[in-house]
Amino acid sequence: MTRQLTKWLLEPSLVLAVFALTCFGLAMIYSAGVVHIPNDVTQNAWIRQGTWFVLAVIAFIVVVRVPVRWIEWVALPSYTLSILLLVSTLVVGTGVGTAAGVKSFIQIGSFSFQSSEIAKIATILFLARFLSQRKDPLNSVHDLLLPALLVGLPLVLVMLQPDLGTTMAFGGILFAMFFWAGTPVILLLLIASPVLGLMLSYDTIIWSGYIVALVGFLYLFRYRLLLFESIGVVLANLAAGTVAQPLWNRLAIYQQNRILVFLDPEVDPRGAGYQLIQSKVAVGSGGVMGQGFTLGSQKRYDFLPEQHTDFIFSVVGEELGFIGTALGILAFCFILGRLVHMATQTPDPFAGLVVLGIFGAWLTHIFVNIGMTVGVVPITGIPLPFVSYGGTFLLMCWISLAIAVRVAHEG
Amino acid sequence: MNLYHPHSRRQRARGLYLTMGILMGILTVAFFRLQVLRSDTWELRAESNRIRQLPIPAPRGTIHDRNGRVIADNVPGYAITLLPGPPDSIRATLNKMSQYMEISDERIESLLAFLTRYGRQPLVVDSDADFPVVSALQERRTEFPRVYIEMRPRRRYFGGEAAAHVLGYVGEITANELTSIDFSQDLYEQGMVVGKAGVEKQYESILQGRRGLKYVEVDARGRIVGDFGAFRVDPGEGGESLHLNIDIELQEWIHDIFPKSLTGAVIALDPEDGGILALYSNPGYDPNDFVSGISTELWQSLNADNRNPLFNRVVLGLYPPASTWKLAVAGIGLDLGVITPDEKMPVACTGSYTFGDRSYRCWDPDGHGFNNLAEAIGNSCDVYFYQLGLRIGLDPLLRRSTEIGFSRQCGIDLPQESRGIFPSEREFWEQRFGYAPREGEVLPLSIGQGPNSQTPLKIAQFYLALARDGTAPTPVLARGLEIGDTWALDLDPGHMEALREGLRKVTAPGGTAHFGTALEHWEVLGKTGTAEHGLSQAGFAEPHAWFAGMAGPFDGPPRIVVVVIVEYGESGSAIAAPIMAKTADYYLRRKYGIPTDSVQTYLDHVQIGPVPTWYRERYPAVIGAIR
Repeated sequence: MTRQLTKWLLEPSLVLAVFALTCFGLAMIYSAGVVHIPNDVTQNAWIRQGTWFVLAVIAFIVVVRVPVRWIEWVALPSYTLSILLLVSTLVVGTGVGTAAGVKSFIQIGSFSFQSSEIAKIATILFLARFLSQRKDPLNSVHDLLLPALLVGLPLVLVMLQPDLGTTMAFGGILFAMFFWAGTPVILLLLIASPVLGLMLSYDTIIWSGYIVALVGFLYLFRYRLLLFESIGVVLANLAAGTVAQPLWNRLAIYQQNRILVFLDPEVDPRGAGYQLIQSKVAVGSGGVMGQGFTLGSQKRYDFLPEQHTDFIFSVVGEELGFIGTALGILAFCFILGRLVHMATQTPDPFAGLVVLGIFGAWLTHIFVNIGMTVGVVPITGIPLPFVSYGGTFLLMCWISLAIAVRVAHEG
Repeated sequence: MNLYHPHSRRQRARGLYLTMGILMGILTVAFFRLQVLRSDTWELRAESNRIRQLPIPAPRGTIHDRNGRVIADNVPGYAITLLPGPPDSIRATLNKMSQYMEISDERIESLLAFLTRYGRQPLVVDSDADFPVVSALQERRTEFPRVYIEMRPRRRYFGGEAAAHVLGYVGEITANELTSIDFSQDLYEQGMVVGKAGVEKQYESILQGRRGLKYVEVDARGRIVGDFGAFRVDPGEGGESLHLNIDIELQEWIHDIFPKSLTGAVIALDPEDGGILALYSNPGYDPNDFVSGISTELWQSLNADNRNPLFNRVVLGLYPPASTWKLAVAGIGLDLGVITPDEKMPVACTGSYTFGDRSYRCWDPDGHGFNNLAEAIGNSCDVYFYQLGLRIGLDPLLRRSTEIGFSRQCGIDLPQESRGIFPSEREFWEQRFGYAPREGEVLPLSIGQGPNSQTPLKIAQFYLALARDGTAPTPVLARGLEIGDTWALDLDPGHMEALREGLRKVTAPGGTAHFGTALEHWEVLGKTGTAEHGLSQAGFAEPHAWFAGMAGPFDGPPRIVVVVIVEYGESGSAIAAPIMAKTADYYLRRKYGIPTDSVQTYLDHVQIGPVPTWYRERYPAVIGAIR
């Protein structure tokens, strides 16, 4: 029996955990549709999601049998295709539902899909191919330049949509894979430092202190870096601090508000802070035991925003309480842990890198999505893997799972 | 070293586990804090999110007259209420509602101002909406998620215009009232209906009651989802009912007999306890017009009307008391011992009296000759009172009149009352007219002219004292209410009888008001007055006509005191006296179980037929004289 399962699923504990999680997600989407004034979109969302689930399982069964060579071969064309899709999304893309203001979807007939979902897995495959051919670790900024560009291209295209959540997912992919490819943590931190510089620039004094600390840090590690690299890092930080203000001004008002509200939701409780406050009220009022499946009042009376997509975990919190949220987080830990375990087991660099890319993407999705429901992270429109409502996203998650299991076992 | 050697893979895996562990740990801690440590706060927040308090309006206390008849009660009405929400969406809803009902821009602004001030209280858009508006909004319920239509008792007044100046009216509480100390924050909120005038205002705290509270659950868009059962509904308490001394039928009777073309006032008191049997001011208004919020046009027309229908002449109108005042001078004279009842004044009345280098006219150019006190009152002889005033002297007259209380308010239980104007000392002339009073000032003062203005209410209280033993409790509207301050004239009871004898002469055959006050069943005593004022002295208008008197069975004490003033009525005896007699007759007949009749006085009878038998039998001499 176990052998049979292993033969079919390759990694039964992981796949079954994901299967269970998807079922759980389906139940939560059903619950999210139980509101006092039912509306078609949310009421029947779980049926549509169920249909996609069936499709996703079929896709899994198919993909899990595709030889790794094919997957390696498909990396470049799929990457190229997804870049083209991202560019065309910017031109002909539409928004959907509450995200009507952004261009994230491509519509073909009545079918619409998010091109960035395809771009994520394509970028992972392509970057994995690229990095797996190296025999040496990525030790310098110079080494990182080309692979960073590979990820940077789709990242910028997604940022232009604008889709901050997926942009962050690309960041997660980049860092996870670079790390697996042997990039020293210090170097990764230095690469990330301009982002920190950008954020700290709201206060000149703090920012100045940060730059001084950065320069001191670079001086201490002067033997590990080339001079021009250090200068580059400092310049990037200076640049980040300088462009912060113009960049801030270029952000859409709703994006500015999301960041301001993250710092203090009570700034605008009826406006931008509304979603966060309502989500925290839902989660908080769930208590330890929760109000019971389908019984959450915040959800029932429409206080909770985006309850079946981005804020599905708030419904978990309200209805199943801390027990539900803790078990949910634990389930995600298990899934992520299995991915790391798989990467550790496989000797094939390509396989490990692919698994790590998927790990990076999912970890970002999970942390940002769950974090935003309780105000740990600013609100960004980013779904929760396997749980949030969304057809293509669920499908791509399952395909990613299939690829991860496949490459890890064949490699 | 191989980059993907198992050892280095494991090493990196440890870093990944650590990163993952830290991030997931952060999340777990965040959820633990929210759901375990601070769950109570958020539960409360969730409740306040979806639970709204809605006031349950208390029915206003009913108002009854002395015979238990209802003169103000409530009928079911509708109020249109808006649950609080973000100002922008409230404004949008109000604008949308204005398609179906009348909401002025000022109203919208004041509601929004209220919203920013009180935040969580529902907004009453219309405290008494018309049914078509209610049904229009009900049909479009889904378009108006925050709109809540509730049953709300609506005031109804019986008697219409007749009792307007007693009852006053109700209206929605204003922003200013809401912030004033008269309306406590615990009991009052926007949209509530409160008394604005009359008894409704005076007894607001009794009539209002206490509004109740219920709790409803709402959704994020402010739609009411249902009652919230966990909190007990507080049904509130209806207002207490109020019993008045007023006799509403008498009030209506007065409204019927008062000449519609004339303005003036009537007040009737019960000599027993000073209770106000009727308080009537013409013209009036229909208080029912105010209940649903008075229309702008009507409000403007009421205010622009130069007959001043909103003005309660009984308690606010100030008139020279004229000859009705002579009783006060007579009383003071007796009290000070400057005359006795039988004494006659040395100078006979020849139609005028000369003092200093000026001649002072008597109202009757033919003169009255020598009069004793009763005759002087009966004839209203000015010359007698000029001499009496001189005997008393200016200073004692000012002092005693002030002591008696002619520059005080009565203290009636109504929100407003004018203070009588009477000089308390000589400085009055200097302050008001810029000269020191001359000795002759006492002459006009002693016939009720000069700087002397009184409300009909005050004159009524004075005649109440004359009808009793010289004391007069404060006239009150509320049944059983006793205002401690009883007015005492401090006159000798023997003197009281002398004064009443004078009043009897006024209505006796040959007296100034005999024909208009002669009644079949009742003896009427009273005094006419013809109040000269600025316009009448200049010849532009007639003087005001007074009649102040009392009536009762022939063999008993007076049972009713009535004071009538008819503005520009010219003649106290011809215009005011019959109104007084007919008022008294209507009241007394009902009191003693005699069927009422609209043909009451001698004048009424002879206008439609022969001299009535009762008159022939009572006054055969008069009949003979007429023949």
